[in-house]
Amino acid sequence: MSKDLIRLIDCVMVFDDDVILDKINLTIKNQEFLTLLGPSGCGKTTTLRIIGGFETPTSGDVFFDGVRINNVPPHKRRVNTVFQKYALFPHLNVFENIAFGLRIAKVREDEIKTRVLESLALVGLRGYEKRRVHQLSGGQQQRVAIARAIVNRPQVLLLDEPLGALDLKLRKEMQIELKAIQQQVGITFIYVTHDQEEALTMSDTVVVMNNGVIQQVGTPQDIYNEPQNAFVADFIGESNIIGGIMNADRDVTFAGKRFECVDTGFGKDENVDVVIRPEDFIVTEDGGQMSGIVRSVTFKGVHYEMMIDAEGFGWMVHSTLSQPVGAKVGLSVKPFDIHIMRRETSE
Amino acid sequence: MRQKYFTGRLLMIAIAVFLYLPIVIMIVFSFNSSKSRTVWTGFTLEWYSALFRNELIMSSLYTTILVSLLAAAIATVLGTAAAIGFSRMRRGTRQFFLTVNNIPAVNPDIITGVSLMLLFVFIRSVTNIELGFFTLLLAHITFNVPYVILSVMPKLRGLNKHLFEAALDLGATPIRAFWKVILPEIMPGVVSGALMAFTLSIDDFVISYFTAGSSVQTLPMTIFAMTRKRVSPEINAISTLLFTTVLLLLIVINVAQHRDQKKQKQKQ
Repeated sequence: MSKDLIRLIDCVMVFDDDVILDKINLTIKNQEFLTLLGPSGCGKTTTLRIIGGFETPTSGDVFFDGVRINNVPPHKRRVNTVFQKYALFPHLNVFENIAFGLRIAKVREDEIKTRVLESLALVGLRGYEKRRVHQLSGGQQQRVAIARAIVNRPQVLLLDEPLGALDLKLRKEMQIELKAIQQQVGITFIYVTHDQEEALTMSDTVVVMNNGVIQQVGTPQDIYNEPQNAFVADFIGESNIIGGIMNADRDVTFAGKRFECVDTGFGKDENVDVVIRPEDFIVTEDGGQMSGIVRSVTFKGVHYEMMIDAEGFGWMVHSTLSQPVGAKVGLSVKPFDIHIMRRETSE
Repeated sequence: MRQKYFTGRLLMIAIAVFLYLPIVIMIVFSFNSSKSRTVWTGFTLEWYSALFRNELIMSSLYTTILVSLLAAAIATVLGTAAAIGFSRMRRGTRQFFLTVNNIPAVNPDIITGVSLMLLFVFIRSVTNIELGFFTLLLAHITFNVPYVILSVMPKLRGLNKHLFEAALDLGATPIRAFWKVILPEIMPGVVSGALMAFTLSIDDFVISYFTAGSSVQTLPMTIFAMTRKRVSPEINAISTLLFTTVLLLLIVINVAQHRDQKKQKQKQ
């Protein structure tokens, strides 16, 4: 788990004067499940394609196991890809699709058979060998695509939004299965998604990207609990983001009130972004650090989502107990639930 | 309503008669035992057997088949390669080349024929390549290529663009990926392009006439020459054979395309 397997150093990608990647630096450890997360157009797929060998960075270096692989073509890399729309070969049946890489590598016929059946079993599709690709459902095609990649025993599996075309329930099942497969075969997974929940569920490491720049790298817990800037906070889960001013270490003013917090190292009177997760508010019938009025209540299953006007701002609050619309309530936040972020230089 | 339907039918039959009666007459009289072109005197296969004894016809048939096979094969390779090149271009550039590609297809044969002849005559003045089988073959390849491209292009467009990358990803070299993944996928288009090219080649008179020189003759050229000298029922017989061959090829192409479309629909 500790060895560095892939390193991207100052990778820049420019298409037609558009900067797709801007000096990406990333280290991927052996056997980890790493997710590149971000909105569409953030450069996550390009990063994956650089690792797969389908794009060559305009500048910067890519190292694999200590060897520079910028100009190594895809068919000579020890990585395999699960493509967004599966890209199964329509003229071959399931068995031959999975056997494709092995046949290219001139593996012995009996070994091909064992390994194909093994990987079919791994993705739960035993008995489907003879099926035509177009006779399979989306979920089954997805599994074949995974089996086709894994059967080659790559050191790294690249997955480009592999679950994007599946419905929600199937997607959740596959998330769990993918994670299980990754642990079973013990290889590095690099996973691209725009779905933050998917990223948090499966990953060892999450890399949040936006506009071709890496915003934050960390464990799912780090990313969720300690977002480094307002973009990450907003992208990962729902957040209240509001401007504030630091008075001193552990002392911040926002919404016209002073709050105790746990952040240090900011300048006095520095403008900052304050992020508070909706579920971190404590709603009381009276008192509290801020007082407000409930504007709307929406039932979300596990919790109620309330919009509460307090101190001149609208706050999104999640609570398991609902308050009637129009009720006067008090809002409080614990110091460690107030996240202070350096303000992005406004564009 | 019924009346309208009836006249419509009548019109259709009239059109069919106009179109096909001459061919039917030609076929019928190819089996006529006398040389008369107006009176039916009895059934014979005499003219067909005479064909096979006619050296001029047999040698021009050989030329036609050889040039058609070679031209179709070479045009299929070139056209498929060109189509793949086009499909990788940016949209604007591709559109431009496709338009250019369509020009020879709509260009009158006589213009293509004359201009190719002028080109070959010019080449002859610089090198010592005479007008003959080689120039005939070049001309046939030239007018075949656009049809192959038109036939292969739609297949390439319907292709999942990641298929090629998937093959590379699984360890195939780019050439291997083409043979094992791309070619099988576009095969129906390639085959119908090849058949189309072969049909056009067998069929061609005008362009061949201008580019073959005086040493070689294709079958359509021989038929044309025969109608000018003496009128012989052999012409009916050879024309019937030519017509049947082209008709069969067209039927094969259509059936193949129809099957392919059905298969595509099933996949979706």
